[in-house]
Amino acid sequence: MVIDVAVIAFAQMPNVRAETVRNEVEMLMPVIADVRAKAGLTQADIGFTCSGSTDYLSGQAFSFVSTLDGVAPWPPIQESHVEMDGAWALYEAWVKLQLGDVETALVYCYGKSAPGPLHEVLSRQLDPYHVAPLWPDAISLAALQARMLIEAGKATEADFAEVASRSRRNALTNPNAQLAWDTAAADLLAEPCLVDPLRRSDCPPITDGACAVILASGDRARALRQRPAWIRGIDHRIEPMALGLRDLTVSLSTRTAAERAGVGNAPVDVAELHAPFAPQELILRESLGLADHANVNPSGGPLAANPVMVAGLTRIGEVAQRIMDGTATRGVAHATSGPCLQQNLVAVLEGED
Amino acid sequence: MSDDPGVLSAPLIIEYPFSRTTGPVIGAFLTGLREKVLLGIKGSDGRVIVPPTEYDSFTGEDLTELVEVGPGGEVLTWAWVRGPMAKHPLSHPFAWALVKPDGADVGFLQVVDAGSPEAMATGMRVRPRWGDEREGSIHDLACWEPDV
Repeated sequence: MVIDVAVIAFAQMPNVRAETVRNEVEMLMPVIADVRAKAGLTQADIGFTCSGSTDYLSGQAFSFVSTLDGVAPWPPIQESHVEMDGAWALYEAWVKLQLGDVETALVYCYGKSAPGPLHEVLSRQLDPYHVAPLWPDAISLAALQARMLIEAGKATEADFAEVASRSRRNALTNPNAQLAWDTAAADLLAEPCLVDPLRRSDCPPITDGACAVILASGDRARALRQRPAWIRGIDHRIEPMALGLRDLTVSLSTRTAAERAGVGNAPVDVAELHAPFAPQELILRESLGLADHANVNPSGGPLAANPVMVAGLTRIGEVAQRIMDGTATRGVAHATSGPCLQQNLVAVLEGED
Repeated sequence: MSDDPGVLSAPLIIEYPFSRTTGPVIGAFLTGLREKVLLGIKGSDGRVIVPPTEYDSFTGEDLTELVEVGPGGEVLTWAWVRGPMAKHPLSHPFAWALVKPDGADVGFLQVVDAGSPEAMATGMRVRPRWGDEREGSIHDLACWEPDV
């Protein structure tokens, strides 16, 4: 039997290119205070706390322990951490709530991408014997995928520019976005390539950020929030690490996760997709069965702000927020990890009328 | 480091002070590179995978049948780097590419030193450029060049 679990609160730090004054704890504390206030809970009311971050950004082993201090973990709390985007911390918290011994969970994540050379840092997740020693950057890997998409006849550079243009235009209404502007796709196409066939506008910004979610199960969720965003399905799938073993023009893991999460079981009002590069949104749309959907990434998505370790949970939060405030009834949230959409998590959220 | 004798300080050096053994499959691949030989391995479905993996990514089966591939190859996709980053293998503009060696069924991430993007095309033939001093690492295969 599955225990019903819902998002009952979401908070985020306004995304910035570089947070040069505050450290990670100082970035997080207002976000955690905000999400607790929205849920009407104190740390003493929270049954399980789970965070997502990476030591590779902070250059320090067990760096999450210091941010845990910002949560006030005394008297001792039940706590865990994943070296992944916060979306996976939410997944762990969802599993924990299935055990039934606790009814609430705080999930948070943070990432300061700005202090180090992000493209070098991200290359450390690749195969250590024959890929990482070449130091390939994320833009180049996404460009290989983009060219395959073009040469398979599935998309054009103009399609990429449409995604880039629409995302930043959507971000104009998102006060937490880092990049927001109104430039027509045709004007973006006139710009030179950064790594052919990708232009700078097809790529995400480098972002510092943090966000947090509170989950609650069953009647506890109904008591705390008038319209909880119920997680009706959640699934995570992984493809092989070697790029050559995958058809990079499709996302089989997203397709499988979407089927298991039940994306296609009913109409979707809103989707927030963790597609850091413009061509990847097209691949994800196809794999989710949302190829022509009108309301994808209304927040602007990762092209408007891409804090590493945070951008995935933000997608879940953005969908949940729209359900909680009544502007959507059923939404899809997606998070990715690894090169060229290697890992994908899909969640379906619904409101009750 | 502080010059104040009353302040305790210590250097912080971030390092990874471990060595790894590469085993019978990846080790064979790297040793092959030292001898200018490219090795792949037969997957569960008979496809030849390069670089070889110890197990099949789709079935989990152990793989053991190493196969010599190359030396020539074909470009499956490519990206042109106009401004190489500090740690990139070449300091002048180059292409990243998935290169499928002859006799293999999949490509792997490599560098093609082609001079200009006009010299690059999907499906083009490339040949390996070996390093002069080879020591059993991926760097023994310095890069690939157009085979015209």
